[in-house]
Amino acid sequence: MARVIVDVMPKPEILDPQGKAVTGALGRLGFPGLSVRQGKRFEIEVDGDVTEERLAEVREAAERLLANTVIENFDVRVEE
Amino acid sequence: MTTRIGVVTFPGTLDDSDAARAVRLTGSEPVALWHGNDTLDGVDAVILPGGFSYGDYLRCGAIARFSPVMGELIKAANDGMPVLGICNGFQVLAEAHLLPGALMRNASRTFICRDQKLRVESRDSVWSNAFEVGQEITIVLKSGEGNYIADAETLQRLEDNDQVVFRYIGNPNGSANDIAGITNQRGNVVGLMPHPEHNVDPDASPTTDGVPFFTSLVSYLQQVS
Repeated sequence: MARVIVDVMPKPEILDPQGKAVTGALGRLGFPGLSVRQGKRFEIEVDGDVTEERLAEVREAAERLLANTVIENFDVRVEE
Repeated sequence: MTTRIGVVTFPGTLDDSDAARAVRLTGSEPVALWHGNDTLDGVDAVILPGGFSYGDYLRCGAIARFSPVMGELIKAANDGMPVLGICNGFQVLAEAHLLPGALMRNASRTFICRDQKLRVESRDSVWSNAFEVGQEITIVLKSGEGNYIADAETLQRLEDNDQVVFRYIGNPNGSANDIAGITNQRGNVVGLMPHPEHNVDPDASPTTDGVPFFTSLVSYLQQVS
């Protein structure tokens, strides 16, 4: 079974309050100079071969449900 | 005839009974609608109440948006049926693209629960015509993800078309242009983060500024019938 990864990240121009909170906590823990943006990773098991068609379906799924493209970008890739 | 207003319950909805109560106290008949049924039961209008539909999994409102009842609601709203989305209901309307933009985590990163001052910016919507433009009202706000955001072009369009219906006085959550509530171009769909259904009973709330939301709808329906 093949695995497709969808990464969803807040768009660069969008404030990322969660990333900001994590960045602050890292600083307090003694890890300065680390600036975090927090996103989501979806691991999707795909039945059968990952054809171009299947990948296009996953992209459509990401566009419709996994990401809100008003505020997020997404990236689809096949895990080697 | 009494106005029949549907109130949708999703798994995780909290404020459906308060919304139904507000409908009743303001003279209309509440009709319970279940998320899993693809019928609106012939109602005159629908309220999407507050809460945490589907546990806010994925994104607030993202999964509720694809429930069976929403398929019917989206069709009806596009045909002009009045829809009011309160808090999580606003998030569902944004996810369904019935309203532009998105709601993000509050800039303060904290959940906010307070009596919030708002200014009425437009009475040109089904749910706000009983107010005066510029009127200051106080409505309960209780949300963690109420930070309204849209791209610059969308914000400009909302301002130019008079689609910003309510603005915060003292922006609590970082919302763009202090936006608390908006309407679609047609004026039949309104979404806002504050909770008018909690402000209808003088015994239970400091103001009854939520009442005109519901009377606006009734007088609109009387005019068009």
